Amino acid sequence: MTQSPNDAQNTVEREEMAFDVVIVGGGPAGLAAAIRLRQKNPTLGVCVLEKGSEIGAHIVSGAVIEPKALTELLPDWKERGAPLKTPVSEEKLLYLTKQGSIPVPALHLLMPQMDNRGNYVVSLGDLCRWLGQQAELFGVEIYPGFTGAQLHIEDGCVCGVITGDMGVDRDGNHKSEFMPGMILRARQVILAEGARGSLSQDVISHYKLRENADPQTYGLGIKEVWEIPKENHRPGFVQHSFGWPLDNHTYGGAFLYHFGENLVSYGFVTALDYRNPWLSPFEEMQRTKQHPAFRPHFEGGRRIIYGARALSEGGFQSLPKLTFPGGVLTGDCAGFLNMPKIKGTHTALKSGMIAADAVSEALRSTNPEAQTYQERLQNSWLWSELYEARNIRPSFSKWGMQLGALYSGIDSMIFRGKAPWTLHHPHADHQTLISAKEAPKIDYPKPDGTLTFDRTSSVYLSNLSHDDNQPVHLKLRDAALWNEVNEARFASPESRYCPAGVYEANTRDNGETYLQINAQNCVHCKSCDIKDPTQNIRWCPPEGGSGPNYPSGM
Amino acid sequence: MKVLVPVKRVVDYNIKPRVAADGSGVETQGVKMSMNPFDEIALEEALRLREKGHAQEVVAVSIGPQAAQDTLRTAMAMGADRAILIRTDAELEPLAVAKLLQAVVEREQPGLVSMGKQAIDDDMNATGQILAAKLGWPQGTFASEVIIDNGSAIVSREIDGGVEVVSLTLPAVITADLRLNEPRYASLPNIMKARKKPLETIEAGSLDVDIAPRLKVVSVSEPPAREAGVIVESVEELVNKLKTEAKVLP
Repeated sequence: MTQSPNDAQNTVEREEMAFDVVIVGGGPAGLAAAIRLRQKNPTLGVCVLEKGSEIGAHIVSGAVIEPKALTELLPDWKERGAPLKTPVSEEKLLYLTKQGSIPVPALHLLMPQMDNRGNYVVSLGDLCRWLGQQAELFGVEIYPGFTGAQLHIEDGCVCGVITGDMGVDRDGNHKSEFMPGMILRARQVILAEGARGSLSQDVISHYKLRENADPQTYGLGIKEVWEIPKENHRPGFVQHSFGWPLDNHTYGGAFLYHFGENLVSYGFVTALDYRNPWLSPFEEMQRTKQHPAFRPHFEGGRRIIYGARALSEGGFQSLPKLTFPGGVLTGDCAGFLNMPKIKGTHTALKSGMIAADAVSEALRSTNPEAQTYQERLQNSWLWSELYEARNIRPSFSKWGMQLGALYSGIDSMIFRGKAPWTLHHPHADHQTLISAKEAPKIDYPKPDGTLTFDRTSSVYLSNLSHDDNQPVHLKLRDAALWNEVNEARFASPESRYCPAGVYEANTRDNGETYLQINAQNCVHCKSCDIKDPTQNIRWCPPEGGSGPNYPSGM
Repeated sequence: MKVLVPVKRVVDYNIKPRVAADGSGVETQGVKMSMNPFDEIALEEALRLREKGHAQEVVAVSIGPQAAQDTLRTAMAMGADRAILIRTDAELEPLAVAKLLQAVVEREQPGLVSMGKQAIDDDMNATGQILAAKLGWPQGTFASEVIIDNGSAIVSREIDGGVEVVSLTLPAVITADLRLNEPRYASLPNIMKARKKPLETIEAGSLDVDIAPRLKVVSVSEPPAREAGVIVESVEELVNKLKTEAKVLP
């Protein structure tokens, strides 16, 4: 299954431990599933693996969240001190031109999905830290710093997870502190890895779970947190934009939220089905800050955190089969995000809860597959919500931003999501680039070091931890294929879409060009695994605890 | 022999420290905390001494708020047998820490105190030295190798331009430098076991030690931001800039 960065992964002796349920990923889906399982049955042994050094370390989201699912999970979340402190107070959706902006009028009427009244601006990292504490109070065992490196499969059934080896050097040799990964046996495995999870990818291809579904399509979200002067802070102010600087063929836009103690969360999501290989999601994010509709919000402030993460945009049509022998998919690795709402937290929580209900029922039977998961989903608000939203995202790929927006209005206003047709996602994101020669080059402004920045100073604010002397976890399968396709046809698009500067097209002394991979810069966004035109780059989990250490506020 | 290992909870070494908006100090609210890396090395050395049969018990001690018990659980997950938390919310200087540790040493009677050469948050590099002086014990600081031999410790010290080897009569204080060893990882089963190991909490106030600060922090500021470089067109221009702007050439 997963190709481990360490080739010796399959030859060492492994200790074993047994749980009823092993959950991979300590985000909203995994933690909701863990809490729900122990609420249903306090005797279950439930273990959560988290590749970040602590819960929340790898969480990136906007985030405006709908509290509905959280209230179903923990009705007393207020008394328990959940970090939902900033209610949305003011809301704008802007169509941007180069210098101007047109607010979408009667927003709540025209785009009911964008109605954020009753929602909260949060740091999803902080919400997850709090959920982790709640899960521990329910008796869940949480192990941060441990990756799910491989699935343990016996007789065609997933029977557990193998954690990653620690203490392996760059060449695959065991260092003095080498510690082999363990087999964590489980009667059910819940995958909650977030968008493009590595074990989820394995399980989807191994059990052919995508046979009756559209390809998944993704967006890359790049985010900064700013601390601004108190007098400029407008708690609960929420602004989204579309239009400039993206062209009509590229789906995406910016978000800006005031929350917490003088914090501003700003970010930009670029759909990864973009066509122009010269496009740089990082630079689009940077230059949007210069627009008059955004610039004043940063005045007198300082940037304190930077991060990036891919998200699933495919929605209803792209949901794979969600169960397999021995486990289930939840949250964004299944693709439960609601794109028109630009929200995935409430859907991740809900899918984790429903999965937990189905899993706890399966544990009482002899059936290795939690078969009631699908049926329970179909009877839930989650299913109708995603069904009604299904045509919005694909309409933009089909007709471009302007007609797509028009269609979306009609689909929401007139059909209320119940149009008698379903638009599809015709291709995967890695298939959409046009050749660099045919595509217009984009002239991005140079960073000014105050409002706009380069990648190096940005990644510095992700608090990366990565031992340089460990195997490269971004695997280029065929170096010659990179020269032939990525370099020759697309002018090395990875050097532009990677938000962390991992990839550089370099030249050796003898004139040969090659792809330099600075794996220690990786913020685990997964964009390369998604967008590489020949799927030649594979993201594997590095040593547990590696990667960003996003602090509170992210 | 019993080995006492003081461990400090500090801002994780991967985190870029940020001065709080009011300039009062470094922001620690919501920031990831972990064991001071030099203390990890000191702990690893103690565990190796136990594995070689020179020590029978390794006791970790931390001084700080309730949350410092997370650091002690980590120490026990790595292999310490038990832990002591001297609980206090006060800001402590090395003198106060050394006095509190002295009280613990008098209670526990270890044959060796193995500690980090300095904490990465305040970079004081003083506690080990003060503790040795207070106890009247020999000290081997900046250790890059420790050999226990017949009631004494042979310590290789990293000094400017080389290595100095000293022999200490036990009991003694040793402070660990970076190259002493590579600390082990805590395994999953050991993390589980550590949750059941004994952790004793002692209120700092009950130890009858004066921990009042002797220093006053005047200000805390971030280093100036690096200015953008320029590409010069010619050697003449470079020389000219070195003379007129950088003023490093006459």
